[in-house]
Amino acid sequence: MLFTSYGFLGFVAVVLVLYYVLPRKYQWGLLLAASYIFYFFAGPVYLLYIFVTTVTIYFAACKIGQNEETQTVYLKIHKAKLSREEKKTYKEAQKKIRRRWILAGILFNMGILAVVKYTNFAIANVNGLLGAMGREGRLSFLDLALPLGISFYTFQAVGYLIDVYRGTVQAERNLFRFALFVSFFPQVVQGPISRFGDLSETLYKEHPFEGRTVSYGLQRMLFGYFKKMVIADRILVGVNAIIGDTGQYAGAYVLVGMLFYALELYADFTGGIDITIGIAETLGIRLTENFERPYFSRSLKEFWRRWHITMGTWFRDYIFYPLSVSKPMQKFTRFSRSHFGEMVGRRLPVYLASFTVWFATGIWHGASWNFVVWGLGNWVVLMVSESLEPVYEWFHGRFGAGGKGYQLFQVARTFLLVACLRLFDCYRSVPVTFQMFGSLLSARNWHILWDGSLLNLGLTMLDFCILALGTVVLVAVSLLGRKGSVRDRIARKPYPVRFVLWYGLFLVVLLMGAYGIGYDASQFIYNQF
Amino acid sequence: MEELLEILNGLHPDVDFETKESLVDGKILDSFDIVSLIAEINDTFDVAITAKDIIPENFNSAKALYALIQRLEEEA
Amino acid sequence: MEHRKKMQNVIKAGGSALVVLVTLVFLQRLLVPKYVDDVVEGAFIAEYYEEEKDFDVIFIGDCEVYENFSPAVLWQEYGINSYIRGSAQQYIWQSYYLLEDTLRYEVPKVLVFNVLSLQYNESQREAYNRMTLEGMEWSLPKVKAILASMKPEEEFLDYVFPLLRYHSRWSELTGADVQYLFATKQVTHNGYYMRVDVKAAGDVPGVRVLGDYNFGENAWEYLDKMRRLCAGKGIQLVLVKAPSLYPYWYPEWEDQVEEYAAEHGLRYINFLELQEETGIDYDTDTYDGGLHMNLSGAEKLSRYLGRMLSEELGVPDRRGEEALTGRWDAKLAAYEAEKQAQYAYYDMEEP
Repeated sequence: MLFTSYGFLGFVAVVLVLYYVLPRKYQWGLLLAASYIFYFFAGPVYLLYIFVTTVTIYFAACKIGQNEETQTVYLKIHKAKLSREEKKTYKEAQKKIRRRWILAGILFNMGILAVVKYTNFAIANVNGLLGAMGREGRLSFLDLALPLGISFYTFQAVGYLIDVYRGTVQAERNLFRFALFVSFFPQVVQGPISRFGDLSETLYKEHPFEGRTVSYGLQRMLFGYFKKMVIADRILVGVNAIIGDTGQYAGAYVLVGMLFYALELYADFTGGIDITIGIAETLGIRLTENFERPYFSRSLKEFWRRWHITMGTWFRDYIFYPLSVSKPMQKFTRFSRSHFGEMVGRRLPVYLASFTVWFATGIWHGASWNFVVWGLGNWVVLMVSESLEPVYEWFHGRFGAGGKGYQLFQVARTFLLVACLRLFDCYRSVPVTFQMFGSLLSARNWHILWDGSLLNLGLTMLDFCILALGTVVLVAVSLLGRKGSVRDRIARKPYPVRFVLWYGLFLVVLLMGAYGIGYDASQFIYNQF
Repeated sequence: MEELLEILNGLHPDVDFETKESLVDGKILDSFDIVSLIAEINDTFDVAITAKDIIPENFNSAKALYALIQRLEEEA
Repeated sequence: MEHRKKMQNVIKAGGSALVVLVTLVFLQRLLVPKYVDDVVEGAFIAEYYEEEKDFDVIFIGDCEVYENFSPAVLWQEYGINSYIRGSAQQYIWQSYYLLEDTLRYEVPKVLVFNVLSLQYNESQREAYNRMTLEGMEWSLPKVKAILASMKPEEEFLDYVFPLLRYHSRWSELTGADVQYLFATKQVTHNGYYMRVDVKAAGDVPGVRVLGDYNFGENAWEYLDKMRRLCAGKGIQLVLVKAPSLYPYWYPEWEDQVEEYAAEHGLRYINFLELQEETGIDYDTDTYDGGLHMNLSGAEKLSRYLGRMLSEELGVPDRRGEEALTGRWDAKLAAYEAEKQAQYAYYDMEEP
């Protein structure tokens, strides 16, 4: 079910009505049923995957939770009798048990993800290797369906297990409640990746009907549909034209493609998240924000704090931190500091941990080398700018940079950098990306920007006008958003103004949205990651 | 506490760590700072700050961080 | 105070709902294709509902009926009151449900159905679906017709709210969309689509060899349903094949239809074999090189068919009915007026 299908909208409408009509104690139960129905429509086989993940993580977390309890009780009872040493040994032994459960839970579920998502990638690489060695045999590819949103719900479930292990959250004892956390339908397609501690606060509560919450949710959904259907799906035609014909669309076209894709991805992804968060909001459920005006970032590092936030924090909290403070890494830190000096020695371990994270981030986005190179490209830029920080500071101090103009330059630079790196994502092949980037650097066909060539990409003048106006709206809303909620601001206006604004936006989506026959209803780009 | 402030100042000489209360939420300390910080603290105080301790509440101020260190020292 | 606030809210909600309703209705009327110039085929089906429905003969089918028979001639020469429920590439399931739809209003004595559409076992183009189905008034047969016709990429909701289907047409609106916002223009003469111009049949495209000459199961099923429905209502079903040179009518197809007609005792007229009797001249009687008949061709076919209808099937001559004659007088005037307008437009002499 696409977010933009009539079926999905009808589904949401039915859920919404039932949600507020049924007795409130059934609310979360209804959501669980709805989520599984949603998943069933996406593909009945997928149900099995999400169910297995739910049950195994639930079970492992319960085991860890029980062990924790047993330990507390045991220590309390035997407090007087045990020596400090004995207590420590007991604790160590218990921790080992818990560690076994968490490892089993993580390995099993990440294993499923790895098998369905990366087996064919591994096979392709092995085959490549065999070919390079001049061997004859080739492994055949597996025909596995990639369950909808598997990366998202697996990460969310594994994050929960780690939180339970760390003692940040209590293990959920009710399997059904936990099943809802894993499968909550608005977010299962493309995130955000929620934390149990955050989501459980509102997910299971009883939510009385509140006009304001529901209308705010609907407003957010509407804006998401605007981004997705009016902007993203419209410009997608141009993006696909440019990417699809690297022979014809080289040089300056690469820049055009970069800019188009930047707009497309932003509108599509943030629009989809707006729809997701909006749906949850109509149900009185608060999801974590996934974006914070990312294109206003002044450095790549800042960008990654503001784009796909829940993924970034997941990698940070569950991979980067544990890895960098792990015992071997601490040892390595001491080693490198004594061997490479303070400056380098202190950075090396962090860079290493960061390398792992970016490798993982890359491959998380797609099982192919272009994504790995994209991830590592980000890593290189981040590490270089981190290392050069003293130079920047000196430069800023020396030339007094820091005014509005310089900040604007930084924003533009970051935007271009992000767009450049994304070429790996666009062209889906490392050599082609380098080739196209090269053609951009040596471009001589700049005339295409104004001689009407851009009208041959499948976009009419009218499309360009709509896109330009749409972009103005996006920028304006982002700018306004810096000073607090735009919806609040509109809510304070007199009723006729509000009505014209929201109904006008609805009509814009209705008339200018790309949907139905004549347009390719494009799947969310983040659909099967 | 003195030692801790020294480490912190080594990271960001321009920040007044004694008074700041939102080092993480205010985006003064980023993940890299936190990792280097932990490495130094672990060495200096002979404690083991682990991943589960890395939550904003523990790192938002020098005071909180010092409390964490003390807690870990007690446990060890 | 409380009461006043409540009233205010009611007014707000009511006013908003009204504005929404009015704008949406307006937009829908504005954006749906009007089929008044250029492509007019989409307007045919709807015109039936404006009629006094007591026809003795109903034609149902695609261009093989609506371009080849002129109810005006049938009336003038035989006093037969007839109507054509035709539309472009009308699929046989649509024909069947149009029959069901027609039976909601009247039971004719004779149903003429063209067999060419047996060649399609499923809908070929969404656009043709729309041009046939949109004109139908809402009824159970319409719902069934839509469900039987939809291609995989189609949505039922798009038929309920055509605004959804045509939402992007705002950039292609013409003067006609405003002119016919709430008005309609009659484009047929009892379902007959008149063309007076001439383009002699020249080279007909080569015959394409088919993998399978058997009509599909689905198509047969609807012909069966149609036959049974007619039998149940006492309607005489007449199958016809128009004298079009192209699309090619394969002998294998002819055999199947002949066999079916014989098996069920149906009358089947293949006008391709009746050139001598009807007097069709492919140099003067077609406007597009043999695909469709022009006015001259259609009138010849109508005379032949009319004689058969009245002499062999006993369709009554109703020229004595005053009210009916009055209606037909108006229709014949419009018929004549368009004829003259077209002769003028194509710069032709009336033959």
